[in-house]
Amino acid sequence: MSSDKRPPGLESPFRRKLLLGTAAASAAAFLPSLARAQQFPTAQVNTTGLAVTDSDVTVGILHSVTGTMAISETGSVQAEKLAIDQINAGGGVLGRKIKFIQEDGASDWPTFAEKAKKLLVNDKCAAVMGCWTSASRKAVLPVFEQYNGMLYYPTFYEGLEQSKNVIYTGQEATQQIIAGLDWVTKEKGAKTFYLLGSDYIWPRTSNKIARKHIENFMKGTKVVGEEYFPLGHTQFNSVINKIKLTKPDVIYAIIVGGSNVAFYKQLKAAGIDLKKQTLMTISVTEDEIDGIGGENIVGAYACMKYFQSLDNPNNKAFVEAFHKMWGPKTVIGDVTQAAYLGPWLWKLTVEKAGSFDIDKVAAASPEVEFKGAPEGYVRIHPNHHLWSKTRVGRARADGQYDVIYETADLMEPNPFPKGYQ
Amino acid sequence: MGYSFGELGSIFAMQAFAGLILFSVFVLMALGLAIIFGQMGVINMAHGEFMILGAYMTFLTSHLFQTYWPNGYAGYFFVAMAVAFIVSGALGLLVEWTLIRWLYARPLDTLLATWGLSLIMQQAFRSIFGPREVGVQLPDWMMGSLQVTDLIEVQINGLFVMGLTIIITAVVALLLYRSRWGLQVRAVVANRAMAGAVGIDTRRVDRMTFGLGCGIAGIAGSAFTMIGSTGPTAGQLYIVDTFLVVVFGGAQSLLGTIASAFTISQSQSTLEFFLSGSMAKVTTLLIVIGLLMLRPQGLFVLKVRR
Repeated sequence: MSSDKRPPGLESPFRRKLLLGTAAASAAAFLPSLARAQQFPTAQVNTTGLAVTDSDVTVGILHSVTGTMAISETGSVQAEKLAIDQINAGGGVLGRKIKFIQEDGASDWPTFAEKAKKLLVNDKCAAVMGCWTSASRKAVLPVFEQYNGMLYYPTFYEGLEQSKNVIYTGQEATQQIIAGLDWVTKEKGAKTFYLLGSDYIWPRTSNKIARKHIENFMKGTKVVGEEYFPLGHTQFNSVINKIKLTKPDVIYAIIVGGSNVAFYKQLKAAGIDLKKQTLMTISVTEDEIDGIGGENIVGAYACMKYFQSLDNPNNKAFVEAFHKMWGPKTVIGDVTQAAYLGPWLWKLTVEKAGSFDIDKVAAASPEVEFKGAPEGYVRIHPNHHLWSKTRVGRARADGQYDVIYETADLMEPNPFPKGYQ
Repeated sequence: MGYSFGELGSIFAMQAFAGLILFSVFVLMALGLAIIFGQMGVINMAHGEFMILGAYMTFLTSHLFQTYWPNGYAGYFFVAMAVAFIVSGALGLLVEWTLIRWLYARPLDTLLATWGLSLIMQQAFRSIFGPREVGVQLPDWMMGSLQVTDLIEVQINGLFVMGLTIIITAVVALLLYRSRWGLQVRAVVANRAMAGAVGIDTRRVDRMTFGLGCGIAGIAGSAFTMIGSTGPTAGQLYIVDTFLVVVFGGAQSLLGTIASAFTISQSQSTLEFFLSGSMAKVTTLLIVIGLLMLRPQGLFVLKVRR
């Protein structure tokens, strides 16, 4: 995997594009990839028996397309298929076309583990793009470690995890939370926070980090309430009354799934106008707003790394390609974009390593950078998370966000934050 | 806590109101299930899906109005509820005719069959409307709240749900206790074999009951677009609470359903104010379990000759 193995002049994707361009001009589009595949004989780039042939390489897509989580995971599947399509159109990976095998995790964690094993053991997938909830990731993690596979995991999550076999393309909790809290304190002069969440690991860990930051790292700020609701809870009137009574400067909400819809509808019905009352969420992407209804959440602030409305050339091209493939009405949320990064990061890493071997890909991952990311530049940290910017968006009535703040620098991923546990 | 008396008074009023809204929601959810369970002993596991069918009908109606008759948008909700009732009710009749009536002698099998039906309906919603949740837009007059005092605000959609619940409960009560059909239903509940023997078409009574129960579920689902989500699996969010209300109330009594909805909703909303959301739920469930241990038959029971 050392860099001297690579043929000279082929380091950067840009040069490769040039090469491709010249080749295409000679009207033999398959030639360059074939030629490229010959430069990397299968026996050399695949020493561990993965599903790699002279002409193609197989990866897995493992998401729920049935069951409760299908709501969320559909976008990820779409993004991954788009990325694979685009990579293939550009000549594939080391001259090989990507073929994918899609399995359905069916919103059931043991099923995820079973399908992961199938993808790794039977199908010998060179990489798997998949999972959404932390529960599904925790279920497949031992499988990936035992059978030595590579998982690209797209969701923002609670951190406290790191594995040689996983690349986390979403943000871990500190990246998402700290910048947002700092911003709201500075810009809105917020002093008091009311923390809300659905009752499971991600909201609880995230609120714990938020509380530590509010109480120990910022000055003069405090938490005036913290509450959790069972998943699927649909009645928020009591807590809304409590919020009215405590009058917090900021409502900090990490509510997920169907509860989200109930929460924002009832908040509006109770006369809390989010244009006046500051509410910050880290769980509502454009996908969720589709169900909530833009008119019910207009004015709320969301803190994450990507919004569909981001104004940069990469993102414009991405949104256009996405709409062309999946219809002009589909919305693109933070996780969908992170899922799109998975196949690209894998491709870049494989080309850096000059090999499909899992160990070499894992070892080559740190410092791999992707300049074409819709969110802007990203780079893989040695802890297998991504360096990325954090942004604050404000919800509009049409279901999109206006990006009103972004951190000046890339935020360092810190899955095991000191002082926050 | 450092609240003034005025504040506490207002909060007390608002909490009471929140409890009443929850009460209406529970009654609306449970009514359809209670009728079916009480009359035929069939536990309809697909009840939540019939509600979501109503919600999707509301979604479609709102789109039709937006496209073809935007001026009438303010009133679309009433049309939507009618559509929801008719479609869910019709599907209920169909399901009874094709599925349930073959299983009357086997109550456990109806449980399994209706559960299967719920899975089929969920996947059908997913295939037809997509896996994502859909946003149902409400006419403006239904959102927002009436300002009573500085702190007290009354939610319009809460009032709407309460009004709707009262009307539907009254209609069902009238049907059951003042109509010929109701008389037949009560006869069948009291003694199915004897009712058949005196010439009541018990099959027909069953079918009508099942259709009515599903239709009411449809209306409930339509109303819940105001307060909750509309997605393929959203029905699952309501089903547990619904069963709780029906079982706790004593399965065969309308009054029991109402009393149980009242008890559960009031204790839950009060507890939610003093504890966190999850703890309130746990405590409510413990109370219900405790009461059911003392009164396994539920709060109210009809005297039935076995």
